[in-house]
Amino acid sequence: MAITRLKPTDVVIVGAGLTGTIAAKELCDAGVKVVALERGEYRDTASAAMPHAHDGLKYGRRNALMQDLSRETLTFRNRPNETALPMRQLGSFKPGEGVGGAAVHWGGATWRFLPWDFEMRSRSEARYGKEAFATDCTSRDWGVTYGDLEPYYDRFEYCYGISGKAGNLKGKIQPGGNPFEGPRSREYPNPPHPVSHAGHVYQEAANSLGYHTFPVPSATATRAYKNIYGATINACVHCGFCSSYACEVGAKGNVQSAVLPVLMGDKNFELRTHARVMKVNLDSTRKRATGVTYVDAQGRELEQPADLVLLMGYVFGNVRLMMLSGIGEPYDPVANRGIVGRNYAYQVVTHVALNFEDRIFNQFMGAGGMGIAIDDFNGDNYDHSGLGFVGGGRTVVGTGGSNPIESRPVPHGTPRWGPAWKKAVAQYWNRSFTIQNETGCNSYRTNYLDLDPTYRDAWGLPLLRMTFDWRENEHRASAFIAGKMEQIAKATGAQHVHAEPRAGHYTIVPYQSTHNTGGAAMGLDPGTSAVNKYLQSWDVSNVFVIGANAFPQNAGYNPTNTVGALTYWALDAIKNRYLKQPGALV
Amino acid sequence: MDHDPPGRRGFLKKMTALGAAGVPAALGANEVAAQHTHHVAQSPGVARPAQTVGQTRHFLSQAEFDFIEAAAARLIPADELGPGAKEAGAAYFIDGQLASSWGTMGRQYRQGPWPEAMPQQGYQLPHTPQEVYRAGIRDTNAYCSQRYGMTFDKLAGAEQDEVLHALEAGKVELPGVPSRSFFAMLHSNTIESFFADPMYGGNRDKVGWKLVGFPGVAAVYTGYIARHNTPYRVEPVSILDVENRVAELDEHGHPIHVKLSAKD
Repeated sequence: MAITRLKPTDVVIVGAGLTGTIAAKELCDAGVKVVALERGEYRDTASAAMPHAHDGLKYGRRNALMQDLSRETLTFRNRPNETALPMRQLGSFKPGEGVGGAAVHWGGATWRFLPWDFEMRSRSEARYGKEAFATDCTSRDWGVTYGDLEPYYDRFEYCYGISGKAGNLKGKIQPGGNPFEGPRSREYPNPPHPVSHAGHVYQEAANSLGYHTFPVPSATATRAYKNIYGATINACVHCGFCSSYACEVGAKGNVQSAVLPVLMGDKNFELRTHARVMKVNLDSTRKRATGVTYVDAQGRELEQPADLVLLMGYVFGNVRLMMLSGIGEPYDPVANRGIVGRNYAYQVVTHVALNFEDRIFNQFMGAGGMGIAIDDFNGDNYDHSGLGFVGGGRTVVGTGGSNPIESRPVPHGTPRWGPAWKKAVAQYWNRSFTIQNETGCNSYRTNYLDLDPTYRDAWGLPLLRMTFDWRENEHRASAFIAGKMEQIAKATGAQHVHAEPRAGHYTIVPYQSTHNTGGAAMGLDPGTSAVNKYLQSWDVSNVFVIGANAFPQNAGYNPTNTVGALTYWALDAIKNRYLKQPGALV
Repeated sequence: MDHDPPGRRGFLKKMTALGAAGVPAALGANEVAAQHTHHVAQSPGVARPAQTVGQTRHFLSQAEFDFIEAAAARLIPADELGPGAKEAGAAYFIDGQLASSWGTMGRQYRQGPWPEAMPQQGYQLPHTPQEVYRAGIRDTNAYCSQRYGMTFDKLAGAEQDEVLHALEAGKVELPGVPSRSFFAMLHSNTIESFFADPMYGGNRDKVGWKLVGFPGVAAVYTGYIARHNTPYRVEPVSILDVENRVAELDEHGHPIHVKLSAKD
């Protein structure tokens, strides 16, 4: 079938999610013509209407807002010598699909990474020696520092209307905030959420042990807020249908509330939905992109020429498009050469479950990102001497809403069904909460992404293949932190406490976090990174690959704020340097 | 007192007039149909009274339906705490789910090949849920007939539990589907049926939500979220209630929850 060639545009953006819409807004404001191609459907704030927005089966269980795997999924195995099989149902992570991407259903926790995170390899080796890392560990410094990104974190927080309490203003520690965080140039745009009963019980127990509690920074607005673009984010009503759901009041900072209202009318902007990009087209030198080829809703193949191509899908889509297009050398773990697909990492989620006889928590009320945290076991905030691992993660009691169709906490050892189970559910559903830790994850030579040799998507293209497993560093971190969390849990007076350190192989079920990272990592050395410090392809300079794909390894926080900061950081370089003089920025 | 959810006597009256399927007894079929004008407009002449939500089989045979009702009654039994999954409509719920795109893995990846899998690779059967249930029920009934001389639904409760435990542990060799996979789906769907919105055919009269104290469709909770260790006892509101106009709404479409009295 002949491919129709469309009228050229200045910039084509692949993916109208969190990163893509910010890029579109920034570029349109700079006077550039932008076409955004989105594989899924259109959604705005009106798409989430009451009462159906609170359908636990549809959104909480059947993942109506998430990726349609019948068209495209990925394959998975733990080790390179195993056969990868397709992820047939969503489990471990839940990428989005459609305008807004995963930001439609995201949980709203909006953390900055620690200054340590960006220099974790060099700082850890300086403090603990080179043997702190496994011999095949490929974790490394990012090539940007916290100080570089601070203004861009700030901009993202003031775009999405983050509610929180600063712990460090220009180097001065603030009471009530996170004393471990890097210096901020100013306070959060909105005050933090109130403290729920679960948060309060956790706070008292953690404080009694000498830890430092503070409110989780959240993208659910605690008051009506006009953002940097003039869009209004409404005040959250604490309905508790947040993560996995679309917000019916426009109170969740996301594409729908913060960017679309000021982007859709822009004469420089064109959005095409149901437009699935098959590849980035390169010229005969393979050093320059000429645009992209995509398939539209009617199955027609179209070519969109563009001067600049921005890959701004989820981690997996970005890395796969690079591979399908021949941008950069694919990583080969056996020969240990090539770059694209290297440094894939994830996050180690550890839970401690608490059930009480005498307390009512009403955890069905809540807001995405609302919660109480400690950061005493994150990064290098504690001495790792003799522990046998590096890193850690934020430790949170969240009050993000709960629904019995999604979770039914009962004391460990309760039968899984029958009369005893029913009694336990009745007794404990409203008398329980969980302490959750998300520890960072190192990158290793045998954890990577490439193209699957067997399984294909609905258009006949190879699926992405994930090869990933936990290693000793991650198991040890989880076991150590689970022990600390268990101590806090016991200090709450809970009648039932059960810790679940992450052990054994990584498994693609059940849900852990949608915090997949790497595969097209940023860095200073084209020998170990796929994109430079501005997220520009080393190989094809008019292609930028923007998202969590750029993380060389993962930190112990929800990644969205860092994804937002990297987006503004890259866009600053594109607007102020690249557009004036196209070419390699490094 | 000012923190308490507002009481609305009129609303409570309407709620107490609900029939077993969560529909006001006072409303006739025509009135209910009139509230769903878009449905009526789309399919003239087949206006379906809301009373029949989830009350018609679409996929399951009668024998399969009986099996699921019997299993649901063991998984979440009726007891002194209230009705169980069978009474709440588990079989209607599962039938509806099997007839939906979920039953044919409409949004799941279905392409082969299907080599032997490791557990950490997740669901790897070539079967759709429709096929899992069809084979699982057929084979389990055959197993029960051979071992006990009758199908599963006719067995005594203790025997049914024995069979369910054996399926759960993978101790029964079913020809058509791994017994562990069949049990996992049946167990998961039965729990879903008990806590899904009643519009899907289960959780009849919101019994699952009442059991645990979940209010269903959320109200504005901002005034309550910082009230510590305090019960929030209200009549749960379902999507079905809102569609049937028996729940009062605020200006944003959130229901106004009605506080339960001490007797409720």
